[in-house]
Amino acid sequence: MFNNALSKTLSASRQIAFAATLVLGSITNVEAGKSDNSIRFAIDQAPENIDPFFNNVRIGVIIGQHVWDTLIYRDPKTGEYKGQLATSWKWVDDKTIELDLRKGVKFHNGEDFDADDVVYTLNYVSKVENKVITQNNVDWIESAEKVDQFKVRIKLKRTFPAAIEYLAGPVVIHPNEYYAKVGPSGMNAAAIGSGPYKVVEHSIGKYLRLERNKDYFKDSPKPQPKVEKIEIRFIPDRQTQMAEVLAGGVDLIMNVPPDQAAQLKSVPHIEVRSGETMRIVFLNLNTLDGGPAPQLKDIRVRKAIQHAIDRESMVKQLVGEGGRVINAICFPGQFGCIDSETSKFKYDVAEAKRLMAEAGFANGFELDLYAYRERPQSEAMINYLRAIGIKANLRFLQYAAMREQIRGNKAAIAHQTWGSFSVNDVSASTPVYFKFLADDINRDPEVRDLLERGDTSVDPEVRKQSYTKAHALISQRALSVPLYSLVTFYAMGKGLDLATYPDEIPRLWEASWK
Amino acid sequence: MLAYSIKRLGLALAVAIAVSAASFMLLRLSGDVALAIAGEGARQADIELIRQTYGLDRPLLVQYFDWLGQIFRGDFGQSIYFKTSVFGLILDKIPTTLWLGLFSILFALGLAIPLGVVAALKPNSWVDRLALTLAVVGQALPNFFFALVLVMIFSIKLRWLPVSGSGTWAHFVMPTIALGYYATPPLMRLVRAGMIEVLSSDFIRTAHAKGQTPYRVVVGHALRNALVPVVALAAVQLGFLLGGSIVIETIFALDGLGYLAYQSITNKDFPVTQAVLMLLAITYVLLTLLADLINTWIDPRLRVGSE
Repeated sequence: MFNNALSKTLSASRQIAFAATLVLGSITNVEAGKSDNSIRFAIDQAPENIDPFFNNVRIGVIIGQHVWDTLIYRDPKTGEYKGQLATSWKWVDDKTIELDLRKGVKFHNGEDFDADDVVYTLNYVSKVENKVITQNNVDWIESAEKVDQFKVRIKLKRTFPAAIEYLAGPVVIHPNEYYAKVGPSGMNAAAIGSGPYKVVEHSIGKYLRLERNKDYFKDSPKPQPKVEKIEIRFIPDRQTQMAEVLAGGVDLIMNVPPDQAAQLKSVPHIEVRSGETMRIVFLNLNTLDGGPAPQLKDIRVRKAIQHAIDRESMVKQLVGEGGRVINAICFPGQFGCIDSETSKFKYDVAEAKRLMAEAGFANGFELDLYAYRERPQSEAMINYLRAIGIKANLRFLQYAAMREQIRGNKAAIAHQTWGSFSVNDVSASTPVYFKFLADDINRDPEVRDLLERGDTSVDPEVRKQSYTKAHALISQRALSVPLYSLVTFYAMGKGLDLATYPDEIPRLWEASWK
Repeated sequence: MLAYSIKRLGLALAVAIAVSAASFMLLRLSGDVALAIAGEGARQADIELIRQTYGLDRPLLVQYFDWLGQIFRGDFGQSIYFKTSVFGLILDKIPTTLWLGLFSILFALGLAIPLGVVAALKPNSWVDRLALTLAVVGQALPNFFFALVLVMIFSIKLRWLPVSGSGTWAHFVMPTIALGYYATPPLMRLVRAGMIEVLSSDFIRTAHAKGQTPYRVVVGHALRNALVPVVALAAVQLGFLLGGSIVIETIFALDGLGYLAYQSITNKDFPVTQAVLMLLAITYVLLTLLADLINTWIDPRLRVGSE
């Protein structure tokens, strides 16, 4: 609550102050990092610990990918899995993966990489008592065992086909001797990985300085880094970040609000890029018994809501370039996110009104719509709903407070967004809302069973079929309103060559100054 | 004087306890703390674990008295986010905030005293009106807005000063001005009012009659007397500035107590938020108490009145 008030206070002057900045006239062309081949990058939240297993913030994932390596690498351009610290892998059975490891890789402290590092890391992080922050990332690992110096076997607790995706994402490998000695807190103070950049200084909560790893192994699917130094500064106030990029104090910021991104485009020494993210937006419609809006139990009302919202216009007007309409509760690039059998409902107010009348609600009714971010989008949807007679009252809360209402069966409609923790597999998205977990406000057993089948089969075809049917059922029964993917805006110094990806990880090892 | 001081001290203690209860309850009643810490996508089991780990499953009053007991023992607990002692974190940030507070109050006094004196010497002149305008603008302009204007001029346009950070003295210039300017108007008005009153006193006429220079009369006699209540107000303003540093330190990413408070609110790190709020409130209460005692010491009428 206070956080909200403070943020509002800090951003209240945004428009005026920013407009005044532009009125001040031409801004000197300064590219902070070009002269010394460095990148200064500002982000709002400092990770609690830069050890990737002990934070759950976006910058933690970004740092993790720069300082450490994973066993497998997913090419962000093609989606293809490639060997990174492992050279090959195979499923021995439904619950065992065997990996051959790469030889000749060294950690930043000179320690050689081998099976001991993999075994130690995986056995350490999979133990609940070691309190890895995001248990989802590791709770599928039973244990890891050494077959020989460069071969390991990972035993899974359950059949978990998405394991490969996790091994290519959040599960990084630590040097066993160093990690055993210093633990997560020591890793935070002086991080050692094998990645393309090594940590040279970490001032906790203030900044992190990285330097190019000159000995980075040549066969890595991550290209050899070109930029010499990276400084990541933690600046909580977005206006200050904006001022820094305008003043040339930093070279890169992300998550720039769309209105300010549009204004920044006119600044000569700054380049603004938008990129689609894996974060999807949707409305969940509560059909549980005893829910606050029993009208939603009528499928015609739910279908009317679908037809009432002009998703195309919202993408164009409110989301921005790069966003796209979705037809299932998952990000289109994720494995199993197949919408071939889902309804591609159209914006049709007349049809929506007809359905409302048929359901006996020609005069409409009142309900509460809960939201926690993207407020302009919530407000737009409230207007759309009003056009078919539904008077939706906006309950805009902090995420935790909203979830409390949802889990207490008090939210009629939840304006949800979900980023899947950047995991490129449907098991990280749709099941969260439809597999009888705490945020499921429909509890459809058929959908649950199909998702369970998709989540636990190692046969890709079986998985695809199950997910396709699950998405089709969710759509036919109008349990939710899939809306669109969100975009994020990056502002960077002109001349910085940096690609953007939906997982919102700027891969600075690919970046260079033109 | 002793009885009065004890009474004021008792009142200050009562205010501090009331503030501690209010800050504790507000944080707990703003939503389920465990749910907030758990974050997006947490499972029910994770939330329950957090609830048990931090004792959030106990009755609110038990939690409050337990926390108060810890505070009296000098134990502020552990930061949930940074996994380190809250006391250590605070200790690390205090110097930056104290320096900022001190620089700001000195800046405010440095601006308020000359302006107040000049305004009093020439009441209703253009100088007086200029001083009044500055005071009104200072009071009306939110300090975060003024801070952003300073950034636009001195960092973006002129490129004289760094936008954010706390590495060098240059990083303190704009925060000092933004924070200090806000404290200037009440100080300036007090100097002006005090000077006008003192300048019409008999002893000032005597000083003039003795042939002393105008400078000596104004600075040596009038200002010395007019400044006494200003010192007391400055103490209160310093407390106010320390509280106001939350916004300013956040804007300038100045690594002090205010910045820590903002981070702790964002990170749902409630032990840190509570400790910082408590510390700022106690500082404010102590400085107000100090101001009261100074005022009473200077002006015995206050003491007699209250006794």
